[in-house]
Amino acid sequence: MAQPLTYSKESASQTAGPYVHIGLAPGAAGFDIYRQELGRDIAGPDAPGERIQVEGVVFDGTGAPVKDVLLEAWQADAAGIYPHPEDPRQAHCAPGFRGWGRIITDFETGIWAFDTIKPGSVMGRNGRPMAPHISLWIVARGLNIGLHTRMYFDDEDNHADPVINLIEHVDRRATLIARKTAAGQYRFDIRLQGDGETVFLDV
Amino acid sequence: MNPAGYYQRDRLWQPPALTPDYKTSVARSPRLALLSLEGSLSEITGPTFGHTDIDAIDNDLIRNYATTGDPVGERIIVHGRVLDENGRGVAHTLVEIWQANASGRYRHKKDTYLGALDPNFGGCGRTLTDENGHYAFRTIKPGAYPWRNWVNNWRPAHIHISVFGAAFCQRLITQMYFEGDPLIAKCPIVNTIPDPSAIDQLIAPLDLNAAVPLDCLAYKFDIVLRGRRSTMFENRPEGN
Repeated sequence: MAQPLTYSKESASQTAGPYVHIGLAPGAAGFDIYRQELGRDIAGPDAPGERIQVEGVVFDGTGAPVKDVLLEAWQADAAGIYPHPEDPRQAHCAPGFRGWGRIITDFETGIWAFDTIKPGSVMGRNGRPMAPHISLWIVARGLNIGLHTRMYFDDEDNHADPVINLIEHVDRRATLIARKTAAGQYRFDIRLQGDGETVFLDV
Repeated sequence: MNPAGYYQRDRLWQPPALTPDYKTSVARSPRLALLSLEGSLSEITGPTFGHTDIDAIDNDLIRNYATTGDPVGERIIVHGRVLDENGRGVAHTLVEIWQANASGRYRHKKDTYLGALDPNFGGCGRTLTDENGHYAFRTIKPGAYPWRNWVNNWRPAHIHISVFGAAFCQRLITQMYFEGDPLIAKCPIVNTIPDPSAIDQLIAPLDLNAAVPLDCLAYKFDIVLRGRRSTMFENRPEGN
């Protein structure tokens, strides 16, 4: 018998369910309880950078919109700095920049949208810079564990990005790239399953 | 130098995406493999929260929505620690909960269950862990309720819990169940978890020591987030 290892196990995930809004966005559930809901303003009013809006729909394997989905976004500021102590440049992060937001759908259509600033490039592992991207985390009824993915921009140079280049099936790389539809406007649809299934990440 | 990453998520311990007995998962589960990534700055950072974000009353579900009196139901304290897989407390992290009321009814415009709403119960709370990872809520024990899956499925009493940790890759939503509930073993959502000991880890024991005599009972629930590697011997950037 070897010595026992004493690590704990991560708590098992359970679905966020259809009523996730009660806990994370009670206004969307239909009531007002907190002084302020969290995640309503990713960039804050004073952060420099290009103001953008991202819109999209999450589709299920039948092509139907997932109307009860909730997304969270996490991104760097326009200079590629995260407001977090692990970022060596944190002290220079834009004033008032939170980098994190909660995104809820229109319950009738499943369309969601959020306002932010376009992030800058962030240094990746092994000294390889990553193209500008927003990390997304998706929870909903029917998802037993949150899904991670990334959104890149089709008007940026993504060809050397170390994460996109890890995707073996080259045709699938486009699933992570948002399409510019107008000045400051991007469209990013997410497909949970089937044709054009989005690349999800085990991070 | 590369930052130390987190221990890989144990995909044999966590529920898989496709679990046909939980029917909604069938059309919502990815069929292709996840792309495994070593943590970059984008994964090992994450949002931080402080006491200006929330109010002290936010963790008291008996009082945070009440107007004409206390909500109906069994008064309980839910307390415990947020830990990582190394056994260290996760300090100053945001914990958010939501739940049905004592009748099994949610305050949500999409919930049409015939169980009565309670005018004094909202059903959500939030708090920050202290420097040792401790958290506490006061609430009402939620009721069981039926849901559309099989004809006669009932959810065991449960509280939904959302935790952040220090990194976006630690983000977790789970559910807390109550010791002794016979509905736990029959629930297709609980049974998406393949390992019985992982289910046991989601069941909170009654904790009489933390109860307040003549006032409320207590349940203890620890939440474990992924642990982080140490940086004893890192790969050189160009590989070994």
